[in-house]
Amino acid sequence: MTQFLSLLVNGISLGTIYALIALGFVVIFKASEVVNFAHGSLLLLGAYVIAVTSDALGFLGAVLVGVAVTAVAAVLVERLVINRLRGAPVISLAIVTIGVDIIILTELVRRLGSDILNVPHPWAGESIRFAGVGISLNRGVAMVVAAVLIGLFFLAFKYSNWGVAMRASAEDGETAALMGIKQGQVSALAWVVAGVLAAVAALFLVGSPTPGVSPTVYAVALAAFPAAILGGLDSTGGALVGGLLIGIAETLATGYQDEMLFLGRGFGTVVPYIVMLVILLVRPSGLFGTRELTRV
Amino acid sequence: MLSIDALRVAYGGAVEAVRGVSMDVPDGKVVAVLGSNGAGKSTLLRTISGTLSLHRGRVDAGSVRLDGADLVGRDPGKIVRLGVVQVPEGRRIFGRLTVEENLRAGGMASKDKSAKAAAQERVYDLFPVLKERTSQRGGLLSGGEQQMLAIGRALMASPKLLLLDEPSLGLAPRIIGQIGEVIAEINRQGTSVLLVEQNATMALGVADLAYVLDVGEVSLSGDARELARTDEVQRLYLGHESEAPQERTTAAPRKTLSRWTA
Ligand SMILES: Nc1ncnc2c1ncn2[C@@H]1O[C@H](COP(=O)(O)OP(=O)(O)O)[C@@H](O)[C@H]1O
Ligand SMILES: [Mg+2]
Repeated sequence: MTQFLSLLVNGISLGTIYALIALGFVVIFKASEVVNFAHGSLLLLGAYVIAVTSDALGFLGAVLVGVAVTAVAAVLVERLVINRLRGAPVISLAIVTIGVDIIILTELVRRLGSDILNVPHPWAGESIRFAGVGISLNRGVAMVVAAVLIGLFFLAFKYSNWGVAMRASAEDGETAALMGIKQGQVSALAWVVAGVLAAVAALFLVGSPTPGVSPTVYAVALAAFPAAILGGLDSTGGALVGGLLIGIAETLATGYQDEMLFLGRGFGTVVPYIVMLVILLVRPSGLFGTRELTRV
Repeated sequence: MLSIDALRVAYGGAVEAVRGVSMDVPDGKVVAVLGSNGAGKSTLLRTISGTLSLHRGRVDAGSVRLDGADLVGRDPGKIVRLGVVQVPEGRRIFGRLTVEENLRAGGMASKDKSAKAAAQERVYDLFPVLKERTSQRGGLLSGGEQQMLAIGRALMASPKLLLLDEPSLGLAPRIIGQIGEVIAEINRQGTSVLLVEQNATMALGVADLAYVLDVGEVSLSGDARELARTDEVQRLYLGHESEAPQERTTAAPRKTLSRWTA
């Protein structure tokens, strides 16, 4: 039972990190109608910048710079590539983002080589234990920070001008334009938000129990794609639920792999995709993906 | 207030949808534009509101001036801030947003909080039914309520000139009557109106002046009441005398017009 609870808590904390990534993915999809396959390399960029600047700037400074660089990189992709191809078919845009992803990823992998860069988290190595349930302090902090950011995100999405403009524009760009809502602006801002969330996720993904910044972080970040897709690509609530679901499923599968040896070791890493496939078979538009409600 | 001069508009450099239209909307008046499907009515409104480029349309010649300032080539947000707001054909309310959020979206071009609060009050006065449903999703409203929301959303920007694209489309006769009354009331409160319609009975009932658009050109224009009496409009748009407006089904205006194109 304590093992189960322990795994559950760890799963939730991993899930909140996935949710940060998936939320950005969904926001970009809603605002720009792009399935952004460059999300993983943007995240790795954030992790890389935090790691290489932390000596000079200290932890906090490095985090701020890493978040800023990732947000700027994201908005550059939007301005220089996506914005110019507005109106192109979703599939072409998706392929363009794969191209962007390969460019960023190749450069980062070249720079990283076989090194594992360390990010000096002030909470490195510590862990917390409560009633037999243990979790690394890194994952504990992640859970709190992610919960706050996700809460802020949903408040802004629901109540701020940006949120209303964003949802209006996502639903009907031309009509939103009649109100002076600029799709380009809404879209650029969405990429900024997604960049910030990805960089914060990166900060925690490269901490305990993960050893540090290496190209494998990219593969870990990829698990957020099934989270976004199973929740419903256009649903922010779905991204949260999907992230948690994937985080918990993956952690449980990894934790109980000794009991499930017939599936082979490393089964945990394929669990996100299996969960996604099962859910999509039952609900092709994802858990909360909307088919148009509007009565026309 | 609004003056359109020798306007020519084409889509994709090929389809010429508006071919040399000149038109005036005097301050404080309601001006109706009648015409069948494809006459170029929506194109005219898109040109005024600056959304033509979203349809790959282009102004080839002529001008659209608001109190002397040329509107062609300005972005839609700027045109809204100058006081010209369009209600699109088919209402196009945001179905997943609540009534209140739809109205908020309508006021997005302006930063003037007190103007927006006053506008919202005006909208709720005009459409009490919206006030009862502030937190309901737009998509759950009836067709008539959606049209009221679409008009209310446009009023949130406190327009000097309101552009309406076929507000009667798909609505029951009783609701069409209400929409006509609302347009008259909005005008009484000081907003000029350019009303595009296929339902000539309603449009000529509220308009001071009217134009008939025929395949991109103005074929008739003048005082709305006089125009309603001309044989041509009687025959083409108002149907037989026996066909009283109250008895029409929603499809009726289209039927009379298809007779015209035949
Ligand atoms: N987005 C578009 N692209 C190309 N042609 C268009 C477009 N919209 C309208 N048209 C054409 O322009 C003409 C006028 O259309 P429109 O302005 O929508 O007429 P109305 O509103 O009077 O029904 C029609 O021939 C129509 O086919
Ligand atoms: Mg039309």
